[in-house]
Amino acid sequence: MTFDIGISSFVALYIFMLAGFTGWVVIGRVPAILHTPLMSGSNFVHGIVVVGGLFALLNASTLQEQVIGFFAVLLGAGNAAGGYAVTERMLAMFQPSTTKPKHAVAKHAVKKTTGSKSS
Amino acid sequence: MFNTIAQLMIGIIDLAAAFLLIYGLKRMSSPVTAPSGIFVAGGGMLVAILASFLYIVGIRSDAQAHLPLNVGLAVAALIIGGGAAWWSGKRVAMTSMPQMVALYNGMGGGAAAAIAAMELLGNQAKGISVLSLTLIGALIGSVSLSGSLIAWAKLDGRIKQALRFTGQQVVNGLVMLVTLILGGYIVMMTQMGGTPLLAMPDLIYLFFGLALLFGVLMTLPIGGADMPVVISIYNALTGLAVGLEGFVLQNPALMIAGMVVGAAGLLLTLLMAKAMNRSVGNVIFTNFGAIAKTKPGTIAGELKPVDAGDAGIFMRYASSVIIVPGYGLAVAHGQQKLYEFVKLLQAAGVTVKFAVHPVAGRMPGQMDVLLAEASVPYDMIFQLEDINDEFSHTDAVLVIGANDVVNPAARTDKSSPIFGMPILNVDQAKKVYVVKRGEGRGYAGIVNALFYGENCDMVYGDAQAALIKMIEAVRGLGAAAA
Repeated sequence: MTFDIGISSFVALYIFMLAGFTGWVVIGRVPAILHTPLMSGSNFVHGIVVVGGLFALLNASTLQEQVIGFFAVLLGAGNAAGGYAVTERMLAMFQPSTTKPKHAVAKHAVKKTTGSKSS
Repeated sequence: MFNTIAQLMIGIIDLAAAFLLIYGLKRMSSPVTAPSGIFVAGGGMLVAILASFLYIVGIRSDAQAHLPLNVGLAVAALIIGGGAAWWSGKRVAMTSMPQMVALYNGMGGGAAAAIAAMELLGNQAKGISVLSLTLIGALIGSVSLSGSLIAWAKLDGRIKQALRFTGQQVVNGLVMLVTLILGGYIVMMTQMGGTPLLAMPDLIYLFFGLALLFGVLMTLPIGGADMPVVISIYNALTGLAVGLEGFVLQNPALMIAGMVVGAAGLLLTLLMAKAMNRSVGNVIFTNFGAIAKTKPGTIAGELKPVDAGDAGIFMRYASSVIIVPGYGLAVAHGQQKLYEFVKLLQAAGVTVKFAVHPVAGRMPGQMDVLLAEASVPYDMIFQLEDINDEFSHTDAVLVIGANDVVNPAARTDKSSPIFGMPILNVDQAKKVYVVKRGEGRGYAGIVNALFYGENCDMVYGDAQAALIKMIEAVRGLGAAAA
């Protein structure tokens, strides 16, 4: 059972075309300093695949489907959660020179850097 | 009745989620609104995930009996997968960011491929267009999964050598061709012969195996400095795979979010490739670096090593300094010490700016993130086109762990593999200090004439250690004066 709105092939192409334009324009004039957070951010956005994984897993009727579905949700959730965590951390660090840096973030980061250095 | 209501609610919530994801991405494209952007997108994601449990109301009849187990599995997978990724994402060092993004991206590709596998093996993909798109999504998702994992292993230092052999392109091409033919055969068999799809699970396994193999083969020969482009490509591919599987599942939110990321990732990829003055195909299909090693250094002059402390003191008495960070800074985790040094210079009245090359590091904009982590304000960081005219009237330039992006051969030497790549015009400065681990060459494997220039001195050693020496030397001056 799927949505009541059936999406035929041609409507799908329209959706793909418009969404493609949207992505192109939204990212189009982004300053280079945001390339990494933005890549990470768009990486997070395609974590929405977890919703598809959930749909497939809930409709699973064989052991095989349950196993594959479990991995679909596992991986999709990892994509979404991990993508959010790293993007948020990166973006929280961007500060103009007028505002005070966030001490909590800076301290956290210093600790991590020294930690990985000693290993 | 309940079914209709649930469908309606899912429809509305997914529509809102799609809006929030795009709006969040839009806000992320400016440094001022960016932190709120990820929050907005995160909200969209959260409601979409919660709403997907409403699918329970209208599941297929043959899945009814398995419902309690399926719900349990779904919750467990969300908690385990989400929890592990959240935990690792929160604690990983900023310098390891590129490999984490590669890893999470591979997971997304894997999820899309897994969904495709369920649709194919469960015989849900019917009709020529749905079946074809499922297969294409499966192919792209699988390539993105295995390719991203290799990229992750390379960036994390688990695979040190680029695997290259003669005829590699031919082998890769053949694997791709066989995969495509197999996909076409599966479509034909189902359409013409009327064979139920379930009758050929072996072919479907083989299809996935080949697609995964292709991702591995394609990524193995690509070297470290090309990784920005590679990660960007896989990001776009995963988006595309998610969009296609969204169509198969008839879920417009997945279609829209996937395709937006696909297009955005494609644009970012092209920007990266343009910054290196190479085409995307050139990055993927030529074994860069391998060609260049035959060229011996024929440059006049010699390398002049200098003590880090002396370099620090020279910059302390300069009136303007530009700092060019590169991957070496990330490797040495030197960003905190660098800003400490910069603050000392600023306190002494020196004008300091950072110049960042678009492809410095292992991910587009990685240097910007590292400097941001060290609390360097982003208005001190300048991009190539904004700062390149300033080098000629700058007293001193400090190059830390960057090499090819400051190699003047890109401007002058037509036979150089990096010829035509826009570079930072560091050689035009009055004085250049290069912090480098040793006399080794850059990624491109070519001699850097900058290092042999009259105005250039070499500071050998680990970037962080060298910066500590500079800081001590400059502090020592202040103490002596007091």
